[in-house]
Amino acid sequence: MTATTTAPLAATDERTVGQPSARLRAWATRAPLLPALAFMIVVTQLPFVATLVISFFDWNALYPKARRFTGLDNYRQVLTDADLRHSVWTTVLLTAGVVLASLVLGLALALLLDRRFRGRGIVRTLLIAPFLVVPVAAALLWKHVLYNPEYGLLNGLLHYVGGPQPDWVSRTPLLAVEASLVWQWTPFMMLILLAGLQSRDQQQIEAARVDGASDWQIFRHLTLPHLRRYLELGALLGSIYIVQNFDAVFTITSGGLGTANLPYTVYQSFYQAHENGLASAAGVLVVIGSIVIATFALRVVSSLFREEVSRA
Amino acid sequence: MTAVLRRGGLGLVAWLAGIVFFLPIAWMALTSFHSEADAATNPPSFTASLTLDGYREFFGTGGGASPWPALVNSAVASVASTLLVLVLALPAAYALSIRPVKKWTDVLFFFLSTKMLPAVAGLLPIYLFARNAGMLDNVWLLVVLYTSMNLPIAVWMMQSFLAEVPVAVIEAARVDGARLPTVLTRVVAPIALPGIAATALICFIFSWNELLFARVLTGVVAETAPVFLTGFITSQGLFLAKVCAASLVISLPVLAAGFAAQDKLVQGLSLGAVK
Repeated sequence: MTATTTAPLAATDERTVGQPSARLRAWATRAPLLPALAFMIVVTQLPFVATLVISFFDWNALYPKARRFTGLDNYRQVLTDADLRHSVWTTVLLTAGVVLASLVLGLALALLLDRRFRGRGIVRTLLIAPFLVVPVAAALLWKHVLYNPEYGLLNGLLHYVGGPQPDWVSRTPLLAVEASLVWQWTPFMMLILLAGLQSRDQQQIEAARVDGASDWQIFRHLTLPHLRRYLELGALLGSIYIVQNFDAVFTITSGGLGTANLPYTVYQSFYQAHENGLASAAGVLVVIGSIVIATFALRVVSSLFREEVSRA
Repeated sequence: MTAVLRRGGLGLVAWLAGIVFFLPIAWMALTSFHSEADAATNPPSFTASLTLDGYREFFGTGGGASPWPALVNSAVASVASTLLVLVLALPAAYALSIRPVKKWTDVLFFFLSTKMLPAVAGLLPIYLFARNAGMLDNVWLLVVLYTSMNLPIAVWMMQSFLAEVPVAVIEAARVDGARLPTVLTRVVAPIALPGIAATALICFIFSWNELLFARVLTGVVAETAPVFLTGFITSQGLFLAKVCAASLVISLPVLAAGFAAQDKLVQGLSLGAVK
């Protein structure tokens, strides 16, 4: 008892002579961090814990009285439901397809823009624009203005060359959603890879050129290894955003024609079917999938980060 | 000779790519100035006369719902949450970069990991909470959620920007007796201002673009601009000019902010890892 009362006293004594105790100082260093930390925990972690709890209940919002604990039943149902399994597969296809295509296209564009040519600034601005269109607006643009079989621009241009006039969205629904996302995300990949290209060691490249290395050899043995981290970063950040995509799926197909990805399915099962328990279980599965990506993601980002700290 | 030709050729390819990527936006802009009859033709008409009818329709002067309340809601939600993000992230970034707390990288990664928690994972409890608390269809709920969405990115970005502020300057101010708020506003903020501005722009863009939370948690009163746009999802060819006008007007703040922050945009979006 005496010990606990004297300890703070001693601390106060010390402070009066201008020497804050180590503990006080530690809290002073931590204090600026606390509001942000507390905010994040309350707004993101608590709701997730609640989702986890709800996922163990059989709970349809239309029949609130019939709510009961069912253990892992929701998970069993989610994993055996053909539609839900399909939406898992759709999510994988959508994310992998969009990330890979936009990375390859972005790399090609970054290589083009890394060279000096007339009007480079204008071309760069033109290329960034798709990333800056509000996602719903971009999806509407593709759905109505480009894809429409009767008056869309794609078929309009095909008309001039006497090509076929397909109904893009109903014929290749997933590809239609993917194309619009590739269009939006290629500029993002290009920007990251361009930053990577411009941080190359020019002297090293000059030296290689003097030694008689061809453009391809320089690309293959100097540029590509240097870009590896930037490619990884682009792939991971792209995955984080595209795995969660809701806007394009919701707008272009409304999840129809087999394009419902997991976020759309979760939205639908609680917003339209009012199946709170099932939706939560599906939501938890999305999180588990994200954790798999995230573990990998954090490793890559932290290796980038360590490199920077050691450079500093 | 061949090198010159090739360089010119690749420049041409770059121009071509830029035009292909921009074409849908240019076509959207042209269509927004066409009459509805001219907008919905096949083959497309490049020479139809221009009119502001699409914009008149969009702004409700030609009948239909006015987009102004939605635009105002989006502005309130985006600006207010951006300010709240800055208020919370600036001290946090200070604690993580200038006077690093112990295990500061772990804290930094905690922030990043929340970004990997998909929005749908917490949507239902947030909806239930909002309904019980009478906060559905309330724009301030969106402010809180958008803040949680952008805070991790902002902490990461600002951490990397603040790390560039020389410690000696801060120590000097502290020796002169300046307390934390003064140090932040008088010493750190002015030096890190370009980075802080870029952070703010990116938070603004993400908030302005957000659809899922706004769609689920708002209705008539707090509807945002992207939710207003979803009203056009099933619209048929008769409204093509109006759809284009609406999409362009609602994208305008983001296009302006994005072009203004082009260089910082990439650094911010890659969480400061790419310089």
